[in-house]
Amino acid sequence: MASLTSAYPTSKLRAKPGLLERLDLPRRVVFVAAASMIIVVAMLMIFIVWQGTQLFVKDGYSLGAIFDAKWDPLADTPEFGILPFILGTIVVTAGALLISTPLSVGVALFLSEVAPKWAKSIVQPALEIFVGIPSVVWGWLGITVLVPFLADTFNGPIVISLPIVGTVFSMPGFLTGFSWLAGSLVLSIMVLPTITSVSYDAFRAVPQELRTGSLALGTTRWQMIRHILIPSALSGVLTAVVLGMTRAAGEALAVQMVIGNSPTLPEAITQPMTTLTSQITLDMGNTVFGEPWQDALWTMSLVLLVISITSVVLVRVINKRRMGS
Amino acid sequence: MTANAGSIGRSSGAKPSLNGKASRGSILADRAATVVLWGTGALVLLILGSIILHFAMAAWGVVSLSFILDNPSQTTLGGIMPVLWNSIYMLALTMLIAVPVGLLGGIYMAEYAGDNVVTGAIRFAEESISSVPSIVVGLFGLILFVDDFHWGFTALAGALALTFFNLPLMTRLSEQALRAVPQDERSASLALGATKWQTIRHVVVPLAIPGLITGVILTAGRVFGEAAVLLFTAGIGTPPHYNFANLDITNPASPWSPFRPATTLSVYIYKLNSEGLGAFKNQIVDGSAAILISMVLIFNLGARFVGRVLTRRLTAA
Repeated sequence: MASLTSAYPTSKLRAKPGLLERLDLPRRVVFVAAASMIIVVAMLMIFIVWQGTQLFVKDGYSLGAIFDAKWDPLADTPEFGILPFILGTIVVTAGALLISTPLSVGVALFLSEVAPKWAKSIVQPALEIFVGIPSVVWGWLGITVLVPFLADTFNGPIVISLPIVGTVFSMPGFLTGFSWLAGSLVLSIMVLPTITSVSYDAFRAVPQELRTGSLALGTTRWQMIRHILIPSALSGVLTAVVLGMTRAAGEALAVQMVIGNSPTLPEAITQPMTTLTSQITLDMGNTVFGEPWQDALWTMSLVLLVISITSVVLVRVINKRRMGS
Repeated sequence: MTANAGSIGRSSGAKPSLNGKASRGSILADRAATVVLWGTGALVLLILGSIILHFAMAAWGVVSLSFILDNPSQTTLGGIMPVLWNSIYMLALTMLIAVPVGLLGGIYMAEYAGDNVVTGAIRFAEESISSVPSIVVGLFGLILFVDDFHWGFTALAGALALTFFNLPLMTRLSEQALRAVPQDERSASLALGATKWQTIRHVVVPLAIPGLITGVILTAGRVFGEAAVLLFTAGIGTPPHYNFANLDITNPASPWSPFRPATTLSVYIYKLNSEGLGAFKNQIVDGSAAILISMVLIFNLGARFVGRVLTRRLTAA
């Protein structure tokens, strides 16, 4: 063996590494490119946290004054209660998820369990096009199609009465159509591809043996889906819903265009309301850098940042639990 | 044997059974579920179909060559040339920065990254930027470039903010494309004595090209339609009449300069809508939205087509 190595020195067999590689330059360069994302995120967090806390540090507002329902930036002593925006974001997101989750999980199940190849090859590209449709286009569709439709169809009070029992449900009708429901509907379509593709991956990750095992025991396909597939993929579906939630809560322009932008808590899904993102979008251009009003908008962006980072951590926790079990 | 099994099953009643014969109710439920699941798939196509049809009809009589090539006008329908130009310009500028950085970052993540704290931090950063709302990324650009650097609203500020926003996507798609290259290719190259970097440059990256190009096109599609990031970085306004003969890129009056405000097509739609005035507002927005959707379709089909053609050519060669 020793003679063999000496007869064929390996250094001659090997292409000579260039000067750059001897300095380990390629590895360093690609590392910097990847690590640039850490720098971007760190800077983003520092800047937003800094700007977002000015309202407390510089303008002397207390935390209690911020988590209040009264928003009146033009008063003599301006009030910056951002509660209506936080709650607005929560309810419009919840509405969107309520509509979108069953539909998206249905589409994911369809693609993973039911659809023949030809149907899959149409629906999957269609979903990719959904992802690509810009937010302003969804908003414009909302304004020109959905909002007038809601206003025309349900313009009177919406009342459900039963014979004997009387009125069981009533709410005011749409005034203009710009409303909580319009916002949630637009968002539900925007998050549909996200929830669908992540749940689809979760369903695909369930081992084929579980399916065949269940079917061999004589269950129908639907029993297999309900009792085997969905429980097995539950953490993946949960991840999908959290990712959809993040996208819905952070979406700005489409929501702003259809939601009506009244800084109050909505009393019914037919009423106009507002969200963190839509108020920031609307007011940022009308305020001056450094004034309390703008500082309040930065505080709202900080809330958005906290929501998104929380969801990243949440997704990690869900996934870790799945790996563990 | 089978008949026997059947009779045993029948006697066991409606309980979940091993008999291979599901109860009547569960078969009905199964049929209903199948119909509903087909319905969800059909609904997706129905929604997409009606959106495309809606915009095709709305754009009829609006979108024409002069709509694409003319300047905006106060009194007539006019055109959207300057904002369309800005969209293309911003796309090019963003991709010029995002593609190399994203590709190199993808190479690190696919070929070099070990299972350690730094890799974990990069992954966390990647996920974080992906989930931070686009409006917040735009606001970050506003503080950093517009205020702190005193650039004002410029195309460069917008392109950098867009790069920040899309870097995770570009990096992840590159990483996936590179990881899809079979390990044997690397081993063969290394066994022939090539160094790691030579292997990456001459073997892995060329083989990953179809996937890489698909990634670039998908990222481009997202960049092209993005508006929230640009509102407070590249600016929102009515663009002036551009003089394309002015090639001095340091002159903010030149349409080629990165140091000028650049309202893109998406931002223009938002602006027209929020101003809510103008006799031709609805037609202009419908036409612009139709053009945006067509671009999305082109980007998507393009990514598919290019990926398929390149894969065929590379695997045949």
